[in-house]
Amino acid sequence: MKASLGLRAGLLSLLIFVAIVGIWQIATLPTAATGPAMDPEYAKLVGAAAATGTKSSMPTPADIGATIWKHLADPFYIRGSNDKGIGIQLAYSLGRVLLGFGLAALVAIPLGFLIGMSPLVYRALDPFIQILKPVSPLAWMPLALYTIKDSAISSIFVIFICSVWPMLINTAFGVGSVRREWLNVARTLEVGPFRTAFKVILPAAAPTIMTGMRISVGIAWLVIVAAEMLVGGTGIGYFVWNEWNNLSIANIVTAILLIGLVGLLLDQGLAWLAKLVTYPE
Amino acid sequence: MEHRPLISIEGLARRFGDSSQPAVFENIWFGVDKGEFCCLIGHSGCGKTTILNVLAGLDSPSEGAVIVDNREIDGPSLDRAVIFQGHALLPWLTVMGNIAFAVSSRWPKWDRTRVQDHARRFIELVGLKGAEDKRPAQLSGGMKQRVGIARALSIQPKMLLMDEPFSALDALTRGMLQDEVLRICADTQQTVFMITHDVDEAILLADRIVLMTNGPGARIAEIVVNTMPKNERHRNDLHKHPQYYAIRNHLVEFLVNRSKNFDAEIAGMNYDPRRIKLVKPGLAAVNPPAEVVPFRHSS
Repeated sequence: MKASLGLRAGLLSLLIFVAIVGIWQIATLPTAATGPAMDPEYAKLVGAAAATGTKSSMPTPADIGATIWKHLADPFYIRGSNDKGIGIQLAYSLGRVLLGFGLAALVAIPLGFLIGMSPLVYRALDPFIQILKPVSPLAWMPLALYTIKDSAISSIFVIFICSVWPMLINTAFGVGSVRREWLNVARTLEVGPFRTAFKVILPAAAPTIMTGMRISVGIAWLVIVAAEMLVGGTGIGYFVWNEWNNLSIANIVTAILLIGLVGLLLDQGLAWLAKLVTYPE
Repeated sequence: MEHRPLISIEGLARRFGDSSQPAVFENIWFGVDKGEFCCLIGHSGCGKTTILNVLAGLDSPSEGAVIVDNREIDGPSLDRAVIFQGHALLPWLTVMGNIAFAVSSRWPKWDRTRVQDHARRFIELVGLKGAEDKRPAQLSGGMKQRVGIARALSIQPKMLLMDEPFSALDALTRGMLQDEVLRICADTQQTVFMITHDVDEAILLADRIVLMTNGPGARIAEIVVNTMPKNERHRNDLHKHPQYYAIRNHLVEFLVNRSKNFDAEIAGMNYDPRRIKLVKPGLAAVNPPAEVVPFRHSS
């Protein structure tokens, strides 16, 4: 009998993983010192072994494993402003993302409702949305820093501005494309506008709105790393930049893996919420 | 004062676009009496659904008005329940939720238990007991339409408006539902206005059948009185009834030939859109020459 698709896919994933780690291991094997003479400054910077070429400055899989273990064993320590546990840094970033994203939802969903229900508002706001939507959220950063004068709030604002568009557009689309016959049911039952909005339009548009929220949180998580690299201080983006300055590739790789993992959890969380409001037709 | 029916359609016309466009239908006058089952028959495109939407208050006419209970209608009302062609259930609600939504719209002050008890009565009426917690996606087409019927009846409207309610169903389910609608409407003395293009459905259900000509410029040609008594109409032996073929042939003849040549038919005759001719083709079949009559009633 054939093994189930899930099992076979899992085996293949494992195989790919082993292959990647294997190639990585081979690529970072120490080599004989045959390289040309090094600039002593550079040698000092990357360490003697790497500079002479006997050991690649790229960490081996085992180094990474050890680093990850070190971080996971003690994720929440604080030893000075530039040395905080990776858990703390992730928590800062998550907090900013959730705050910016939550504020964006508070603005985008009611506004999207209005746009979806009123062709007039839709036409009036469309040029603004079309022009502002493609702007990279980081382009807002100087403006935010200048007006808000607080780097932490500025990064939250950047998250806000990048999460607002997908939610706004999806909400407007979901609300605007609620089936005519459902609205007619509400009309023939003489249901008032507020009850129609909450009992008919909102549940009908909920799956589309949730899709917008899922896209938004994904973008917000992408942008926070870049935003924190710019504003500095705390957060996983700042951590990555700081470790680049320390030339600690192992810490950077660890951060990349953790950023991916948290992003996955955010996406799955919203996917789960979306499933709750989805209805089969 | 002249007798006025419960629903009075007076001089209705509807054109899409500006007034230079030809009307889909115009000068439509007819009425539906209280407790009557009235069917409107015509080809696609003659504006049947538009007339029903105007009656429901979902569309407004270009000319004319609809008077219900001596008041001109100006929008939808809980007094006029609509059974939609595509059932139009809210898919995120259960059967109970869909009907309770209607019931609590009708009686906003009722508490939850009272709403549910009331809804349950109508779920049982349409034979869906046990399916209260199912979602529309889990129901067959016939069951969905039953929910639609229960939802419409549950608000206890003054009249039911049905837009080809059985057209999306298979023949067997359609027949069963027609029987139930006949039974429920007879029990509740419901006033019904129904659109159909199924001749047999009209004969089975309707007391009067309004015939509409083809659009554009569609009008009411005549009104066929169904002279078959309600208690003699049974789906399975409808065709054995002495009046059946006379009525059916009359309707089919209209749909096949007269509906498109009606203008030529009335040319030179005094057709008055306000006084539509009532015809009783069924009686011609059972009123044979006078000498035969005594035999029929001798026993």
